[in-house]
Amino acid sequence: MKAKHLLIALAVLFALVVIVLPVAVIFQRAFAEGFAVWLAAVSEPETRSAIVLTVVTALIVVPVNIVFGLCAAWAIARFKFPGRRALLVVIELPFAISPIVAGLCFLLVYGAYGPVGGALQPYGIQLMFNLAGIVLVSLFVTCPFVVREVLPVLSVSGEDEERAALTLGASGWQMFRLVTVPNITWALVYGAILATARAIGEFGAVSVVSGAIRGQTMTLPLQIELLYNDYNTTGAFAAATVLALLALVTLVLRGLIALTHPVRGAAQ
Amino acid sequence: MLRQFATAITIVGGTFAAPAHAQNTEILNVSYDIARELYAAINPAYIEQRGEGEGELTINQSHAGSSKQARAILQGLQADLVTFNQVLDVQVLADNGFVAENWQEQFPNNASPYYSLPAFMVREGNPKEIDGWDDLARDGVSVIFPNPKTSGNGRYTYLAAWAWAMNEFGGDETKVRDYMTKVLNNVEVFDTGGRGATTTFTERGIGDVLVTFEAEALNIAGENDDYATVVPPQSLLAEFPVAVVEKVASQRGTEEIARDYLDFLYTPKGQEILASFNNRVHDEAVVKANADRFPEVELYKVEDVFGSWEDAQETHFASGGVLDELQRQ
Repeated sequence: MKAKHLLIALAVLFALVVIVLPVAVIFQRAFAEGFAVWLAAVSEPETRSAIVLTVVTALIVVPVNIVFGLCAAWAIARFKFPGRRALLVVIELPFAISPIVAGLCFLLVYGAYGPVGGALQPYGIQLMFNLAGIVLVSLFVTCPFVVREVLPVLSVSGEDEERAALTLGASGWQMFRLVTVPNITWALVYGAILATARAIGEFGAVSVVSGAIRGQTMTLPLQIELLYNDYNTTGAFAAATVLALLALVTLVLRGLIALTHPVRGAAQ
Repeated sequence: MLRQFATAITIVGGTFAAPAHAQNTEILNVSYDIARELYAAINPAYIEQRGEGEGELTINQSHAGSSKQARAILQGLQADLVTFNQVLDVQVLADNGFVAENWQEQFPNNASPYYSLPAFMVREGNPKEIDGWDDLARDGVSVIFPNPKTSGNGRYTYLAAWAWAMNEFGGDETKVRDYMTKVLNNVEVFDTGGRGATTTFTERGIGDVLVTFEAEALNIAGENDDYATVVPPQSLLAEFPVAVVEKVASQRGTEEIARDYLDFLYTPKGQEILASFNNRVHDEAVVKANADRFPEVELYKVEDVFGSWEDAQETHFASGGVLDELQRQ
């Protein structure tokens, strides 16, 4: 019994010190001078544009990741082909590579002197230091999430039900919609949520390719650091609460979907 | 979801399309990281004094460490002009054909519309009585300045101390090295950048003296009575070079306006704003009006003491250079 209590106390203490306290302080500092000051800080044009840019980036990155993640997970789980294991390793590479290295790689390939960026330059197409660059690196850092969540569920659920559906006369699309998707919904949503959280929070890779043009290519995490460095503590913490709130919204969404969609064979 | 995505696509399309027609009335000033408030004041003043019928002008700002900025421009960041705090970083652009070879002759005073110098910020009442460079080497004095390897600010401090010591000890390098070793040993925290060092000194309360640009020290001490600025009798000239990024601006048709914007920094109005942010300027009337804020100081030049910025970099800050040797002792 003693050990049990000790363990619980440790876990709670750890969560308190490492998670709850810092997050609470962000909100406390942000609202220290009142709600009006907070509102003024987050509706300041540069911060507002950073919020919009961050949300737009996530809205592009996450759907692309869902489609790509589904295709990749499906291919790896259902088909045998040479290089199948290698593909899985490649997809998981972004987990292992430091984001700053990812950013530098993209800069070297898609920058004005890179093989791809240089080839596009004569046509006036620029891929770095604008939204395109930010989306590209965000895709890179978030691409393992959906695959990683969906793949185990797909493998476990097996092909039996799908075969049965086909035998009973379902078309490929009907089988996918009515048999496969219900099996993997939860995993898919969970992967998408992780990808969203990562996309809106990414700092290192984006910082390399952003160009830091105020009001244009500053995402929310970059803007927070910049406000902090400008001694604008209230502004920085206010912007930080917006980022924290965005994260909370994704968490609540996850909870809601879990409640309304009791899923068979869920991994989590 | 679908509708949101459609909106996102529209916004994206808009972002890509926008520069196409707004090109010649939008310029990008790529600058060092602590100049935001300064240019936030300069830009509206510049726009205001433009004549009627010159069209609308938007001036965009990008701020980060100036070496990082130079690198970004080399990789395609569409800067029309740069306002840096490091001569070397403009030189890199010149070496790669982005900026004219003779950029330092294109604007007055070595293309540096304002200047500053390493100075000291001490705690209220200056309890350790730090008045000059010799005090930094004293036993029991805790010194804060950023790492010269990573920070231009730190490089200026290092070179200023070295220049002072060369003068003090009549060029006896053994004594200079001895002095520098003591100073480096007194450094309690080596932050990577100027702002980080300031935070260490003010927020974390570490150190008896922060060595940083006079402008930064005055900005902070002016707002807070806990600190005071001490300008040593001798220091090192810190130039803030500007240049038109001709390679980009000529393509975008913004060369003329970029040049005009930089010229504005030399006008009485421009100099007045620069001085109000505690930078030293050259305009005589403005200098006179601000004389009480900027005490007289003897300024060494990097070129005179070290030959050139390239030489200083090579000798002192490169791997295995003098700085490394001193720190090993």
